Amino acid sequence: MNGIDIQRRGFLKTSLGVAAVAIAPGILLFDLAHGKPEAASSKVRWGMLIDTAQCKTGCNDCVTACNKENGLSGGTGATDSQWIRKIELKDTGSGRELSLPMMCQHCEHPPCVDVCPTTASFKRADGIVLVDKHRCIGCRYCMMACPYKARSFVHEPLHDQNPDVPRGKGTVESCTLCVHRVDQGMQPACAEACPNKAILFGDLNDPESEIAKKVRSVASVQVRADLRLNPGIRYQGL
Amino acid sequence: MSAYPPMYLKTRLYYALLAAGGLIALAGLYAVYLMEHHGHIITGMNNQVVWGIPHVFAIFLIVAASGVLNVASIGSVFGKTVYKARAPLAGLLSIAMLAGGLTVLMLDLGRPDRIIVAATNYNLTSVFAWNVLLYSGMFALAVVYLWTMMERRMNPWSKPVGFAVFAWRFILTTGTGLIFAFLAARQAYGSAMLPPMFIVLSFAWGLAVFMVAQAALYAWNTKMLDPAILQRNKNLLGVFIIGSLYMVAIYHMTNLYFAHQSGFERFILLDGGVYPSAFWWGYVWFGSLLPLLLIYAPGLGKGICVMAASLLVILGGFALLYVFIIGGQAYPLNLFPGYQVSSSFGDGQIATYQPSIYEFLLGFGGLAIAFLITAVSVHVLNFMPQDKPHTAD
Repeated sequence: MNGIDIQRRGFLKTSLGVAAVAIAPGILLFDLAHGKPEAASSKVRWGMLIDTAQCKTGCNDCVTACNKENGLSGGTGATDSQWIRKIELKDTGSGRELSLPMMCQHCEHPPCVDVCPTTASFKRADGIVLVDKHRCIGCRYCMMACPYKARSFVHEPLHDQNPDVPRGKGTVESCTLCVHRVDQGMQPACAEACPNKAILFGDLNDPESEIAKKVRSVASVQVRADLRLNPGIRYQGL
Repeated sequence: MSAYPPMYLKTRLYYALLAAGGLIALAGLYAVYLMEHHGHIITGMNNQVVWGIPHVFAIFLIVAASGVLNVASIGSVFGKTVYKARAPLAGLLSIAMLAGGLTVLMLDLGRPDRIIVAATNYNLTSVFAWNVLLYSGMFALAVVYLWTMMERRMNPWSKPVGFAVFAWRFILTTGTGLIFAFLAARQAYGSAMLPPMFIVLSFAWGLAVFMVAQAALYAWNTKMLDPAILQRNKNLLGVFIIGSLYMVAIYHMTNLYFAHQSGFERFILLDGGVYPSAFWWGYVWFGSLLPLLLIYAPGLGKGICVMAASLLVILGGFALLYVFIIGGQAYPLNLFPGYQVSSSFGDGQIATYQPSIYEFLLGFGGLAIAFLITAVSVHVLNFMPQDKPHTAD
């Protein structure tokens, strides 16, 4: 029964080959994406403390760095994505002026996650709020719900994307806190680019971290704290 | 010679109407194809006004689809025979408008090809996700309701199913109102007034659509609607228009009561350009007061006046939704109370919105789908209200 054996051997060979071809791209892509084997930990709460006294009017370095890092066009038209923007403020009573960056505030209780019908908007265990581009159906309900207007909808086909930051036409996106950098132990691009070190990034849950110490020692506020969303981004000097 | 066109002319007219509806639906689909190919850049929607004309059409159709069933409920739940005779037509209109509205809503998505994800990944905290169940449930329930009414053996079930429809549509319109009521951060929304307001609006819009369809059906079949029935229908419409005006007034007055909302109210009612015009002229005058005049003024209130009033109520509904949905988004979010703000992303500025032809094509495509379903159904099945003589309830 030699013929049957050869057939069996051939079948096993083919199966192995097919399995290898099926698995290999996944392993390769995981490696390409610099995937971390361990999951995000809820012991960590990533956050930022932004010192508005150090943030200069007219300086746009954080915005430029964000656009470059995440492959955004940098356009400021009504349909262009802006993950971070500079807001200029003037106190209507005293006339005091200040400037600050505004982006996804990575809330503990994010309204975008609450309203998303497909659970595409989600919060990682370490507090980073993200959009799963494969699940997003582009209904834009999260954009309606976000109190900070932090989200953008991709209105046009995209070209030359950064492989670390996949985006998609017809889906919603926002600041990822540079999750691809944070997972490699780096800082978000905006924090690194700020010439005045106005953006302090770190683990709010670690009492020994610089950000936790500073949040303990200086007065800082959360924007729209009345909504009780407990954002991970705090502002000093507002 | 008869005053009505001979049969073959009528048949031709029928197919011409179907063809026209089909063409509009196809134009809507073509707009969807272009939106899919080029992205939403070809619409007027942007990152500030994220919901536009398609949502005005979709929400009108869905709210009216719920409201039109009121006609059926008055028959099945409250036992009024005049309305019971009209329940099948109401059920059909509900199914047709729900189909049209949901089609528009789905095809406006950034990724309509992934609509199945809404079923495979369900978020229990999302009002949108609840509405997926509420809308599909309404659709199924309305079909069963029609079956129980039109299939003689199923007739005993029509009353309990009618009750279920009655309850379901209240929950459904509450769900539609909640889409906005839960948006706590936006001045225009985040109000507990919205679900009841949408329910009362649905009564008026649904009945207005019903009266237009009923008038068309009677005219097509060269029948005369009993003036006593028209009288009851139009008086009910008048009551619903007044009820709607009351709810809308209370919504704005509660907003005006809160000092931090007065800027928004000033914008939407006074100096916001197209929005105050659409509100006062479109909704209040043409969509409410003029219809009331046409219904109640001595000497008016006859067939043609009621028809005009119904059409005006529908137009007023669109005007109100335009103000509510688009005006509500155009007014900037207040992130920093007490500060003047500016940015490259429209902070502190009134957002601009210029609807594009593709949005209108999609919206009218939805209306065309509702029309086609209705036209074909009334042609092949008997939806003509069967009134017994002297039906006094």
